[in-house]
Amino acid sequence: MKSLKFDMLFMAATMMAGALAFAAPAASVAPHAPQMPRYRFENFTTANGLPNNHVFAVLVDGDRVWAGTEDGLAVYENHAWKTYSTKDGLAHRAVLSLALDKRTGDVWAGTMAGLSRISGGRIDSFTQLNSGLSNDVVYGVSVEEENVWVATAAGGCRLDLRTGQWTLYNERNTPMVEIWAYAVSATPTKVYYGVWGSGVLEYDQKTGRWDKYDDPDGENEMVLFKDQGLIHEIVTSVSYVDNILWAATYFGASRYDGRYWHNFLTKDSGLPSNFINSIKGLDDKRAWFGTDKGLAYYDGVNWAVYRSSLKDGKPEMTVRDTAGKVTPIAVTTAPAHNYVLGVDFEGDDIWVATAKGLSHGIRQRD
Amino acid sequence: MNRRNQRGLRAGAAAGLSLLACALFAFAVRNVRTVHADEARPSVAAADYASPLEVLLSPDGSRLYVLCQTSEDIRVLDAASFAVIEKIHVGHVPRGFSFSPDGLRLFVTNSWDDTLSVIDTKTLTVEATWPVGSEPSSVVEDREGKRLFVANRIGNDVAVLDAQTGAEEKRLLAGRGASYLALSPDGTKIYVTHVYPNPAAYRTAPESEITVIDVKRAVVVDRIALHAIAGVFHAAFSADGRLGVVAEYHPKNLVTLAHLEHGGAFEDTITVFGADVGNAVEVPLDELERYASQPFGVVIAPDKSRIYVTSGGSEMVTVIDVPRLLLYIHAHPAGFVQDLSASANYVVTRIAVGLNPRGLALSKDGRRLFVANRLDDTISVIDSRTNKVTATIKLDGPKKVSELRHGEQTFYTARYSFQGQIACANCHIDSTFDGLTWNLEPDGFGRNTVDNKLLEGVKDTAPYKWTGTNPNIPTECGPRTEKYFWRSENYDNQTLTDLAIYVRSLDPRPNRWKLPGYQLTPAQERGKAIFERSADKFGKPVAEYNRCVYCHSGLKGTNQKLFDVGTHRALDNPGLLKSPPLTNIALTAPYLHDGSARTLEEIWTVYNPDDKHGRTSDLTKDELNDLIEYLRTR
Repeated sequence: MKSLKFDMLFMAATMMAGALAFAAPAASVAPHAPQMPRYRFENFTTANGLPNNHVFAVLVDGDRVWAGTEDGLAVYENHAWKTYSTKDGLAHRAVLSLALDKRTGDVWAGTMAGLSRISGGRIDSFTQLNSGLSNDVVYGVSVEEENVWVATAAGGCRLDLRTGQWTLYNERNTPMVEIWAYAVSATPTKVYYGVWGSGVLEYDQKTGRWDKYDDPDGENEMVLFKDQGLIHEIVTSVSYVDNILWAATYFGASRYDGRYWHNFLTKDSGLPSNFINSIKGLDDKRAWFGTDKGLAYYDGVNWAVYRSSLKDGKPEMTVRDTAGKVTPIAVTTAPAHNYVLGVDFEGDDIWVATAKGLSHGIRQRD
Repeated sequence: MNRRNQRGLRAGAAAGLSLLACALFAFAVRNVRTVHADEARPSVAAADYASPLEVLLSPDGSRLYVLCQTSEDIRVLDAASFAVIEKIHVGHVPRGFSFSPDGLRLFVTNSWDDTLSVIDTKTLTVEATWPVGSEPSSVVEDREGKRLFVANRIGNDVAVLDAQTGAEEKRLLAGRGASYLALSPDGTKIYVTHVYPNPAAYRTAPESEITVIDVKRAVVVDRIALHAIAGVFHAAFSADGRLGVVAEYHPKNLVTLAHLEHGGAFEDTITVFGADVGNAVEVPLDELERYASQPFGVVIAPDKSRIYVTSGGSEMVTVIDVPRLLLYIHAHPAGFVQDLSASANYVVTRIAVGLNPRGLALSKDGRRLFVANRLDDTISVIDSRTNKVTATIKLDGPKKVSELRHGEQTFYTARYSFQGQIACANCHIDSTFDGLTWNLEPDGFGRNTVDNKLLEGVKDTAPYKWTGTNPNIPTECGPRTEKYFWRSENYDNQTLTDLAIYVRSLDPRPNRWKLPGYQLTPAQERGKAIFERSADKFGKPVAEYNRCVYCHSGLKGTNQKLFDVGTHRALDNPGLLKSPPLTNIALTAPYLHDGSARTLEEIWTVYNPDDKHGRTSDLTKDELNDLIEYLRTR
């Protein structure tokens, strides 16, 4: 199952065709559609500096933008790309996840063969052989205070930066059934793991207790009762912000406020696809979704989708209002590819990691 | 000597014997005679030595502040008459100090009790003592008086504190053994040096760094690479900020180490950096038959005419002509670090001072240079116009040199080695270790590459060397050192005995992973159970010789016997390896007799495929982590 899933990710990233849209004029606004953010996308590929077009993760760090690619960790600064490779100490060339330690400015990179810390240009790498890291395949990483939380193919783990202690979380000390931890979102109060086939795990920092959220319907693709609980067991991404958990699965997305669940499916939301690679909550109402059929934004009421048209490949933006009415917005640019793996923000701008390049969405104003 | 001072003496000693001598215990010398110097003889008369390590002049130049490591106080002297104004007691084993920009406060790092003393320079009293990180070694305040930056040697980091409350904001990743800080003249950057090299691949050149911190953002913004350097000490800047300099050791640990007369074991260098030189340039201080062993303190004259460098092992100050140095650097863009004739082009003179000179300070006008001579309790005052010592300030303390003190002096001086090249302290930095592996000729060219071990707590852990062929410390430090390393002068019996007394006196520094009251965390408790187990997870008995607790028994973690743990290499001499003590094992990477394991984990994840180094293959990763958590408390 693990290899199948990973193969799917890679294959999709590789095979999904997409237009590389370069700088283009801003779009016009549909007069009756809800006002949703519009962007002019500038796309980066190997043609203009990226080491590889498969971009698994993106991280904005002040004036710098980090891109985790299949062939190194690229950083965009002063209008130029620089790539860190295994020769520089990176644990592996394929960088799957990124996190910023906002206090220190250090960047943490989860790779296919270990966890790397980039600090002031120096890279230190932690592996399952040279450290307490539970497994070398690091899908997710998140930093809170002095703890680095890691999601690996053999469960989760935490590195205490103060003491250097590694603590592992797996089927032996948590309710984790599968140990394929795919994502982690850590805050000083709660830590959430998204686990492939094992739902969402919640760690309460105060009590040290674990809780588990499963799909009440079990691991199937039917939703018997809407908003009954987590939408599916195969969780690919989690984001905890403003006491709200946002969870993405390959079969829809969920929002959890600590008491109630609300689920999002294509049939009853503006999601372009139920196959969701990444989710990032902005606050308790708003979130971004990276799917296999485009990038989506939810403002708590309305939806916007940014992609290349599935019919003709032309840049496309659609807005769906609360009544379900979908309005096309004329645009001339789109993210580099519809298979979206991650997003991050630079002020009002958005950066999008896709299967065929990295996109910089420059916010357009009326 | 009261216990406090005794501890301080041992720790403060902080630096030790002629390295490769006692130093690399690891190295085997066969058929060496056993020496029975009186190891157990009680150490001498009570002594209350000052051990001045650092000096500072007050911003107005009227007072001289001296950090005294063994007596654990700050002595305030009149800078003109040298009369003692005050003696201010601080914490345990103080190591570094600096003024606030306004000069109203003096900050002192106490390296063994992990605190920072804040001294009011008007009242000359300690107004606050703040907890900081592990083994704080130096401190700098930003120009605005908002933040303090503290280099933590064991923590390998720089703590950022609120300058008014001492509250810690965060810790920044530095290099290994972060120890000394220098604020750039414009106040925008802090430069951090490190006494140990960063971890590196097996048998590769050591890599050190100068960590550069942006003061305003309090983040690391750069790391200046110092290739082939292991052991970096003071940093200093020219007043215009265009020239920076650090004092450092350049070990030759990758090549087979022949006798000192065949090329030496260390180069003694500085690295200069900044706008005046472009990329960092390593500059040799040595010349043929005259070495500047153990460079430590460095300062640049206000007019940028001179650089002054102390050499703790050579007991001198090297004076460098900066314009000539810059000319030489620009004329030799390919570098000249291996050229022992180079220093003649920029070294003005070498000034003999006291024993183990360390920190130094220049008066504002650049005319008077003060040098702290740590091991004879004096301050040398040098007239920079004549380069002569014009006065020697004797600090209060015992006149008699005790055996212990003499042993410490012997440990640090390079006078016994051929051409005065090295001392025990070269490899046992501040009487600890150096994080390097060495290949010493006595075992045969290219044979027996060995890891340098920690000296703390080495008392009563005989036999010595990884192969256990030296039955006691005098044998380890005496004939072996004299014959195979120094190649120059023998120790007389008294000196050897004193040296052994000193080495035996080196108590372990406090273990930072132990909870107060010897409590263990749950992970440490689980690890302890694994360490002590007699059956594996399947209930199968573990043979006695394959239990952790058998070979690493007792308080120091060694049963002092020899074993085959499956790590023998083709170029090792035949034979077994001694189970090493576990004292502060978390600090002393790399591991195994040859330093091939970069981390504790690798001992078992990489180098124990046949379970010869303990039964561990049945352990899960969680359990191995627990075992390591316990080991870190040893």
